[in-house]
Amino acid sequence: MSVFDPVEASHAAPSDGRSWLERIPVAYWVVGLALLIMPAIAGDFMLFQIFGWTFILGLIALGLMFLGGYGGMVSLAQMSIAGVGGYMVAIFGVSAIDTISLGWPWYVAIPIALVIAMLFGTLTGWLAVRTEGIYTIMITLAIAAAFFYFARQNYVMFNGFSGFNGVLPPMLFGVDWRDPAAFYYLTLFWAALGYLVVLYISRAPFGLALQGVRDNPRRMSALGYNVTAHRVAAYTFAALLAAIGGILLTWQSAQISPGTAGIGPAIDILVIAVIGGMRHPVGPFIGAFIYVILKTYAIDALVTLGLAGERFQLLIGVAFLAIVFWSPDGIIGLWDRLREDRKRDPLTGRGGEGP
Amino acid sequence: MNAVLDAGSTISERLGATGTANALELKGVSKYFGALAALSDVDITVRPSERRAVLGSNGAGKTTLFNCVAGDFPSTTGTIRFFGEDITQFPPHERIRRGLRRTYQISLLFTGLTVLDNIFLACVGVSRSRFSFLQPGRDDALMASAENLVRVVHLEDARDEQVATLSYGQQRQLEIAMALAGAPRFILFDEPAAGLSPTERSELIEILVGLPTHMGFIIIEHDMDVALRVAESVTMMHNGRIFKEGSPAEIEDDPEVQALYLGGDDG
Repeated sequence: MSVFDPVEASHAAPSDGRSWLERIPVAYWVVGLALLIMPAIAGDFMLFQIFGWTFILGLIALGLMFLGGYGGMVSLAQMSIAGVGGYMVAIFGVSAIDTISLGWPWYVAIPIALVIAMLFGTLTGWLAVRTEGIYTIMITLAIAAAFFYFARQNYVMFNGFSGFNGVLPPMLFGVDWRDPAAFYYLTLFWAALGYLVVLYISRAPFGLALQGVRDNPRRMSALGYNVTAHRVAAYTFAALLAAIGGILLTWQSAQISPGTAGIGPAIDILVIAVIGGMRHPVGPFIGAFIYVILKTYAIDALVTLGLAGERFQLLIGVAFLAIVFWSPDGIIGLWDRLREDRKRDPLTGRGGEGP
Repeated sequence: MNAVLDAGSTISERLGATGTANALELKGVSKYFGALAALSDVDITVRPSERRAVLGSNGAGKTTLFNCVAGDFPSTTGTIRFFGEDITQFPPHERIRRGLRRTYQISLLFTGLTVLDNIFLACVGVSRSRFSFLQPGRDDALMASAENLVRVVHLEDARDEQVATLSYGQQRQLEIAMALAGAPRFILFDEPAAGLSPTERSELIEILVGLPTHMGFIIIEHDMDVALRVAESVTMMHNGRIFKEGSPAEIEDDPEVQALYLGGDDG
């Protein structure tokens, strides 16, 4: 083997002496900068309602993308776990329902909420990993439905139908975190952190092994991995993402009620992950943005067209159907195919690489 | 008197647990698929560092034997001891963590990952870093051992290739590298030479013969040339039963074996 072996050369590429800062792709700089200066451009409604909501739903769906994309497990309980996080913050922290809320300070209430939500997620996973495919979806849907009805009928802890209002973020550093610009940065921070952590873990032993379990559980077992434990741990991590999202969601609307974690929202999270794409952690955020835009502007669009505004669900449904019809692997899949088409030779129809 | 015997037996048990026991000890192992007996009442004892070939026609139960020992599916009856420890009820990953390894006849590789990543996964599986959320650093010990295994099986040139693009022979070599990850004490090779070209075959023999001498293995092999060059003892299986055991020479000269297995081959 010669010293100037081509394989060695290609291996050297990832560590070619550039600092980690220089190796960040251009797209990250552009998107990152745009998101950072957004408050200077966009109005309060845009910041708080459109972007804030997108980041929150994206974060909850990111957990599903982690489970589904890397682990091959589709869970419908993500929104219930988010709901548990929101409820626990309301119960242990401060809310307008002071007969139930314990009023503990945020630095106690939030960790407790995260831990309980992760325990709930772990338990869900522990039940769900015994099943595969459609049965996983069914069992997690059953858990989501059970949580919804339990929260609606339990008045001692969950305050039944009306839930909790007046659940506000702490006035940390003297900032009102529900001020649109502050809330925008708060949700952006957690969404970006979640995105980067998922991206990082996908190349760490835990994430690599999870993808191995997805592709070939029998082989992973024969390599010394406890496949069940690995799957359950993936649920725990996804639950952490959902719980952070759930707490932010509760702060955004300043309330949490059973409807927040109902069957509809549970399915919406799946829809968000699917239309965005499950193959890359950016998918859930793209999906969440489309979902939020449709949900917010569908009524106006219909009224402008002279149609009845109450049919907005129909428009949303048709839009999702169209996306899934033309690109079963979501917007990311569509994007990948467009890029490949551009590389394609116009005469032979072959791609830029390979024979 | 009884006390003395008891004391003696506990000492021998302890010695067994510390490594003087047989690497593999199967007693009365059977495997039924419904009414079909894929394995019936198999007794096999293999010493540590022993290299054993298992021969037999298709359907003789060789791969089923491996599946029972490695735990891919449980045996219906019997006990399996690995270095003295009863592993009959253990799930596969617990057996692997104790130093047992196996390769697969039909490649079960991660075709979307590179050669190095496949071997790295194998190294991580038997380490304590299985749940690590941290990416391997520049001087990661597991990555280093993975790179070393790439060299052991002569796959340096394909190190960063996706496994899906490898030739069949290279995939077989990768299988072996993954079985050598961690600190294997005993390996089950399931037809590693099947489908290889003569050149690849001699490379494979070179790899197997070059394994550390303390490392015992069982190799399933149709090709007598390969089996007899790497193994010091031979077990013949037929219809899920042990048919003959002996040295390669004994097996080759056995008239029953010749009638059953080598009979049709005049070369």
